[in-house]
Amino acid sequence: MNAGAKEFNEAARRNTADLRQRDRIQKALAGYYLKREDYQNRFPDWAGARDLAAEIKREAINHLDRYLDEFASRLEARGTKVFWAPDGQAARDYIVGVARQHKVRSIIKSKSMTAEEIHLNDALEQAGFEVVESDLGEFIVQLRREPPYHIVFPAMHLTRQQISDLFHDRLGSEPTNNPEDLTMIARRIMRRKYCEADLGISGANFAIAETGMISITENEGNARLTTSLPKIHVALVGIEKVLPKLSDLALFLPMLATAGAGQPITCYNTLYGGPRQPGESDGPEEFHVVLLDNRRTELLADAEQRDALHCIRCGACLNVCPVFKNIGGHSYGTTYQGPIGSVITPHLRGLQDWKHLSQASSLCGACSQTCPVKIDLHHHLLHNRRYAVRLRPAPVENCLQAGLAFVMCRPRLYALAARLARIAQPLSRLVEGTVLDPLRAWTKTRSLPPMAVKSFHQLWQERKKS
Amino acid sequence: MTYREIILGRIREALKVVAPPPIFRNGAAGPSRLPAAPPLWLPSAGGTLGEQIELFRRNAEELKAGFFECANLSEAIQHVKELAVAGGWKKIGRHSGELTDALAQELGLPEVRTDGGYAVDDLESCDAGLTECEALVAQTGSVLVSAPSAGGRALSVLPPHHVVLARGSQMVPDLTAALQRVQKKFQDKFPSFLSFISGPSRTGDIERILVLGAHGPKKLTILLLP
Repeated sequence: MNAGAKEFNEAARRNTADLRQRDRIQKALAGYYLKREDYQNRFPDWAGARDLAAEIKREAINHLDRYLDEFASRLEARGTKVFWAPDGQAARDYIVGVARQHKVRSIIKSKSMTAEEIHLNDALEQAGFEVVESDLGEFIVQLRREPPYHIVFPAMHLTRQQISDLFHDRLGSEPTNNPEDLTMIARRIMRRKYCEADLGISGANFAIAETGMISITENEGNARLTTSLPKIHVALVGIEKVLPKLSDLALFLPMLATAGAGQPITCYNTLYGGPRQPGESDGPEEFHVVLLDNRRTELLADAEQRDALHCIRCGACLNVCPVFKNIGGHSYGTTYQGPIGSVITPHLRGLQDWKHLSQASSLCGACSQTCPVKIDLHHHLLHNRRYAVRLRPAPVENCLQAGLAFVMCRPRLYALAARLARIAQPLSRLVEGTVLDPLRAWTKTRSLPPMAVKSFHQLWQERKKS
Repeated sequence: MTYREIILGRIREALKVVAPPPIFRNGAAGPSRLPAAPPLWLPSAGGTLGEQIELFRRNAEELKAGFFECANLSEAIQHVKELAVAGGWKKIGRHSGELTDALAQELGLPEVRTDGGYAVDDLESCDAGLTECEALVAQTGSVLVSAPSAGGRALSVLPPHHVVLARGSQMVPDLTAALQRVQKKFQDKFPSFLSFISGPSRTGDIERILVLGAHGPKKLTILLLP
């Protein structure tokens, strides 16, 4: 077992034992399930909507070169600087370069999982810049110096009491148990930051090829302020975010809101097509779009799992995953948690180091069933297990499987083995799960049910005789 | 080779292998591309203007936005005056426009105009932002604003109360129609900013409890004129 797998197992065990945390996750998600069902039912044909969404993303991803080229050309035609970043390093260097070139004093940032993926904040801080996360949940986890717990609900693991204590310690605010008061503390602080910041950094939910625009979905208004007031706006966009047409948003905006947060539509869905244009009263003087590959093209090259790039990061697969609900978001140790994270992380960060995530699934298929763009998530987890074994065969398991196959193909041998097993099972009960048990790794948490006294074959023979 | 060529090259190389067709799907035939109307997979939109207004009203209420139909401009002015008194407004932000000009004149409050630029702190200290819009979307209860129709990017999000003035002709049934409308209007000369605003700013980041006014407006009021 590699170090990553060991760490994952330890974290998962620790967090699963934290019943209070599990209780908070269950409570937080209970409301989501009800609302999501309610709004999903308002779609006259949710299944048809999923089909169509999957089809549109399939079209976009399978002609990615054409759509990306169109997207970038249209943005450039209206004064946007488009930077193509082959990897995280290139993207970080470029954004740090923009900050340095303009001698920015403070940076305000809205929520972006892609920025988490390339550890953009660390790079900017190392270069001497202050970065403030403006999304409330992200602001809270930033103050705690921990990564987001969930791709959509970054601070869902915390109670209001913990947040109050955090604000009291770090911001010197009066303790309060009221979520509204806590939100207003963050609002007051952030207002100053928006007005002072000279660089705003955002992500993007969609990149519209037809019109050369990015689309940002949010509830708080922090992304709108981040992209309105500072004189420079940098948007970090994964290359898989492309949608062919503007009209595709008519489907994707309500779907993302319903699947992701149990809302009919998110509060702000905003399109940005360039820096401040002649005649406009505000907006940044410079608009940079950083298109990030960072091994997405490797996932693209895997035709079987290419549909994992359809992901719109709604987080629905996390919300329904029995593994996520029990081990929680921080156990994964990845930027993207839950089923989608377990599928794509081995591709983005190396199969051998992250293959253990493929086992973090009951293969129940709830993720595939809930995914609004129909990514076949649980089968991809199976495929990743297969790849991992192919690349690094497991000799002990292989011998066991070969032995089992040998016995099972020979009826007499099988009958003999079954008789021996019937005798051996009661004896093995004496050591089962203890250090003396050679199968302890398996049996310490599992128990084989007692074998029947007579086999089906024996019963059948007896019946025929009588 | 530029980075652009490198990435596009990687993509073309990757796409040489064709992806297998989706393995699970309802029915044999795949869905077709977005037809113009009616978009059956989306929540339904009303047919007549009256139905659309009713649907918009229900959706706006659910989103906790205020929605009022005004018979004429003086009724709208009266309504905003009441809001100004109730909210203790001392200063408003606005842009020039047929409706906003007429209303601001009657309101008689000190104002910050965003046309052609403004000082951020000035706008930040306003009690309300007064804008027009591109369209109202019945299907979702959303207001579609753009840089030219709403005085730029910040006016509709920085002051704590956003008041929108709209005409009946701006009501559209659904998101598809709203997007079509701006595409037709702007052609290739899109503004740099377009936004669907659906209710006042909100967050659920603390224990998933809804709080209005996270960073943007705590209140959104939409006034519909004939």
